[in-house]
Amino acid sequence: MQGGILLPRLDRAGLIFGAVALGLAILIPILNLIVPTDSAFHVPPHVVALMGKYLCYALLALSVDLVWGYCGILSLGHGAFFALGGYAMGMYLMRQIGPRGMYGHPTLPDFMVFLNWQELPWYWLGFDQFWFAAIMVLLAPGLLAGLLGWLAFRSRVTGVYLSIITQAMTFALLLAFFRNDMGFGGNNGLTDFKDILGAPLQADGTRSALFAASAIALAFGFILCRWIVRSKLGRVLVAIRDAESRTRFLGYRVEQYKLLVFVTSACMAGVAGALYVPQVGIINPGEFSPANSIEAVIWVAVGGRGTLIGSVIGAVLVNFGKTLLTNALPEIWLFALGGLFIAVTLFLPRGIVGLWTGYWAKRREKQAASIATQPVTEGS
Amino acid sequence: MRILLLLLSLLVTPLVWAQATGPLIDALGADDFAAREQALTALTETDDPAIVPALKALENGQLYRRLSDDKVVIGQEQGESITLTDPLTGEALGTQAAGDLERIRVNNRLRRAIDASLGALTLRSPDAAVRQSAADAVFVSRDAATLPLLETALAAETDARVKRSLEQARAAILLADATLGTDDKLSAIAIIADKGGQAALALLSPLTSSTEPAVAKAATEAVRLIENKLAWAAAAQNVIYGLSLGSVLLLAAIGLAVTFGVMGVINMAHGEMVMLGAYTTFVVQEIIRAHAPGLFDWSLLIALPLAFVVAGGIGILIERGVIRFLYGRPLETLLATWGLSLVLQQAVRSIFGPTNMEVGNPAWMAGAFQVGEVTITYGRMWIFLFGLMVFAALMLLLRRTPLGLQMRAVTQNRSMARAMGIRTARVDALTFGLGSGIAGLAGVALSQIDNVSPNLGQGYIIDSFMIVIFGGVGNLWGTLVGALSLGIVNKLLEPLAGAVLGKILVLVGIILFIQARPRGLFALKGRAIEH
Repeated sequence: MQGGILLPRLDRAGLIFGAVALGLAILIPILNLIVPTDSAFHVPPHVVALMGKYLCYALLALSVDLVWGYCGILSLGHGAFFALGGYAMGMYLMRQIGPRGMYGHPTLPDFMVFLNWQELPWYWLGFDQFWFAAIMVLLAPGLLAGLLGWLAFRSRVTGVYLSIITQAMTFALLLAFFRNDMGFGGNNGLTDFKDILGAPLQADGTRSALFAASAIALAFGFILCRWIVRSKLGRVLVAIRDAESRTRFLGYRVEQYKLLVFVTSACMAGVAGALYVPQVGIINPGEFSPANSIEAVIWVAVGGRGTLIGSVIGAVLVNFGKTLLTNALPEIWLFALGGLFIAVTLFLPRGIVGLWTGYWAKRREKQAASIATQPVTEGS
Repeated sequence: MRILLLLLSLLVTPLVWAQATGPLIDALGADDFAAREQALTALTETDDPAIVPALKALENGQLYRRLSDDKVVIGQEQGESITLTDPLTGEALGTQAAGDLERIRVNNRLRRAIDASLGALTLRSPDAAVRQSAADAVFVSRDAATLPLLETALAAETDARVKRSLEQARAAILLADATLGTDDKLSAIAIIADKGGQAALALLSPLTSSTEPAVAKAATEAVRLIENKLAWAAAAQNVIYGLSLGSVLLLAAIGLAVTFGVMGVINMAHGEMVMLGAYTTFVVQEIIRAHAPGLFDWSLLIALPLAFVVAGGIGILIERGVIRFLYGRPLETLLATWGLSLVLQQAVRSIFGPTNMEVGNPAWMAGAFQVGEVTITYGRMWIFLFGLMVFAALMLLLRRTPLGLQMRAVTQNRSMARAMGIRTARVDALTFGLGSGIAGLAGVALSQIDNVSPNLGQGYIIDSFMIVIFGGVGNLWGTLVGALSLGIVNKLLEPLAGAVLGKILVLVGIILFIQARPRGLFALKGRAIEH
C-alpha cells in the first residue's frame, strides 16, 4: 500500500484543512458583516447561506467517506440520516414559531391546525428546548443506524446487499414522511421558520453565525474522522474493508467495529442535516429520496474515496458546479451529473485527491529511481 | 282482412298512445314536486314504453319545459344553446337558447318514483337483458307499487335467470311488508340470502333484530352466510389484484434477475430500460396513428420485438462501453449505472419532454369480466399472462439453448468456460442485452397501466432489487415466487393499513427478512465465504 508514504503528507493537509475551516468561520462573517457593502471584498448574505449549505454537504460527504472509504460500507441511505437530523432541527424551529403561525395557535404548528389536530403528538414534546432538539439530532439518526447496522452486520449482510437495504430504508422513510398522519408536515415538510435560539433566521448576523457553526462542525468532524482513521481502530476498519473474513478470522469482532463507525457516521450526517435546515429554511420528505443519498456518494468518489479531504473537496466542487449549471443550463445538469458518475468510476477511481497524490508519488518514485540507479551503474 | 286490421291496429296503437301521453308528459312541467309526482304516476299508469326516454332524461336533468308553449322536451346542452328532441317520438326540434327553457328539477323522492316506474315499464321489455336489469332495479327500489306488475311479469317470464331475479325482487318487496306471515318471511329471506351481495345484506340485517325468533334466527344465519361469502370475495379480489401487481413486479424484476441475479452486475439503469420499452411503444403507436390507424390493435404486438431490440441494443452498448471495465467492482458498477440512468432519463426528457405520454389501450386490453363477485380487467389479465410467458420463455432460453448453456457456464466458472472455448466477452454482452431486452418487454406491458414519463423506471428499480434479493440471487424461480407473493402481500395489507403504509411495511419486512436470510428465499447452495 502507498498509504505509508502518503499519510504524513495527507496529515499535514488535514491539519491545514482544520485551520482553513476555522479561518473561514471567522473570515466570512467579517467579510459579510463588517466590510461595507460597496467594497469588493464584501460577501453578500445569499452567498454566505450558499457556502454554509456547501459546508453541510461537505460534512455529509465526510460521513459517507468514513464508512465507505475506510470501512467499505457503501451506504445509499446516508441522506436519510441527514434528513432525520434536519427534521429534528426543523421540529425545534417549528416550535419556536409559537403563536406567530398563520393560524396563530399557541403551540400547534400550522399544518397540525390545518389537519384539525387537537394537541401535540407525544413525539413533538420537548422539541421546544434547544438542548433536547440537539440531542435528538444525534440520537434519531444514531438509533436508526444502530438498529439497521446491528441487524445487518450481525447477519453479515455486506457489499451490494447492504447498499440496496440502505436504499430501501431511505425509500421507506421517504414514503412514510410523505404521509400526513405521520405528523411531520406531509409533503410540504416543515418550513416558515422564524428564529433560532431567539435570533431571527433572516438576519445577516444569524446567517453568518450559522455559517461559522457549519465550518466549525466540519472542522470538528474532520478532526474526529482523522482521529478515528489514524487510531488502531482505523487500522482495523481498513483491514475490514480490504479483507473482512480474514479480519474476522484474526479474532476481531468485525460487526462491532462496523456498527461503531456506522453509527458515528450517521450522527455526523445528522449534524450536517441539522445545520442545513436553518440555512435553507425548509425540510421536506424530498431529502429522503434515494437520489440524494447516491449524489452524496458521488461527491466522495469525485474527491477521492478514503482520503477524507477528498470528500470535502468533492462535495464543494460538485455542488458549486450544480449551482452554476442549474442556473445557466438546467437541462444539462443531469447529463453532467450522470456523466460525472460514469467518468469518475471509469477513469478516476481514486478521485481528484488520488490524481494529486498519484502525481507526487510518481515524482518521488522517479527521484528515488534516479538516485538508486547511480550506485548500480557504478557497482557493475 | 283480419290480418290487415291487426297490422293496422298495431300501427295505430303507438299513435293513440302518443296522443294520450303527450299532455301527460307536458304535465311533468308542473311547478311543484307534488304535481310532478302526480303526473309521473299518471304516466306510469299508461303503461306506455315510449315514455322511458323522457323519464330517463328527467332523472338525468335533461328534461326541459319550453317557456314559449309549456311543452316538455328533452334537451342536450351544447355550450350556450340546447339541442331539443321530442320526448315521445325522438324527433329533432332544433336548438334554443338556454334562457328560453327551464330545466325540470327532481328531488330524491321524485327520483325514487322515477326509478320505480322505469323498473315497472321495462319489466315487460322483449329483451331479456333489459328485463334483468329492470328486476335488479326493482330489487333496489323495493317499491311496493310495482308488486302487481312484478307478479304478472313473473307469471309470463320464461328466462330462468330473469325469473330468479324477479323472485328476488318480489321477496325484497314482500320483506318490507310488516304484515307478512312468518313462513312467507322465511321463504323470502331464503330467496334473498341466495342472491347474496351488499344489497341483500342491507335488506337482511334489520331483520336480525326481528321480534319473531324464527325470522331473527333465519336472518342472522343468512347475514352470516352472506358476510362470509363477501369476505371471501373481497379476499379473492385482493388476491387477484395482488397477482396482477405481482406480475407487474415480475416483469420489472425478471430482467434484473438476469443481469443482477445471473451475471452479478448491479444495473441501476434497469428501470430506464423499462422506460425505453414504454417509449418505444409510444413511438410505435404514434407512427401507427399517423400512417396506418387500422393497425392500432396490433400496436403492442408490433412494439414488443422493437422494444426488445431497442432496450437490448442499448443494454449491449452499456455493457461494452462501461460495465465490462468494472467487472469485479460491484459498488463502482452501481455508481456508473446510476449515472447512466440519469443520462438516459434526461435524454428522454430532452427528446420527448417531461410530460406523460399518451399510450392507448388496444380494444382487446379494454374492458373487464366477472367471475362470481370478482372483477378482472382484460388488461390486467393479459399482463399477468404476458409475465408468465416471458418467464417461461426465459427459462427455456437458459435451459434449452446453446446460448443459455454458455451463459450458465460463464456465470458459474468464467475461466473454465473460457478454457472450453466460450467467448466469454460475447456471452457477457449477450446476457446483459437479454436482461435489458426483457426490461424493454416489461416496458411495453407497463405502458398500458402506468404513466409513460421519464421517471417511469425510477418507481420500479428499488422494488425490483428487493424482489431479486428476496427471491434469492441467481434463482429465477425465486424471482417468480418473490414477485407474486410480494404483490399479494402488498394488496392484502392495503385494506388493513392503507396503500402507502402497506408498501412501507412490505419494505421493512423485506429488510428484516434479508437479515434473517441474507441469501434470500431460495439461496443457491455454495461454499464461497465472500459473496
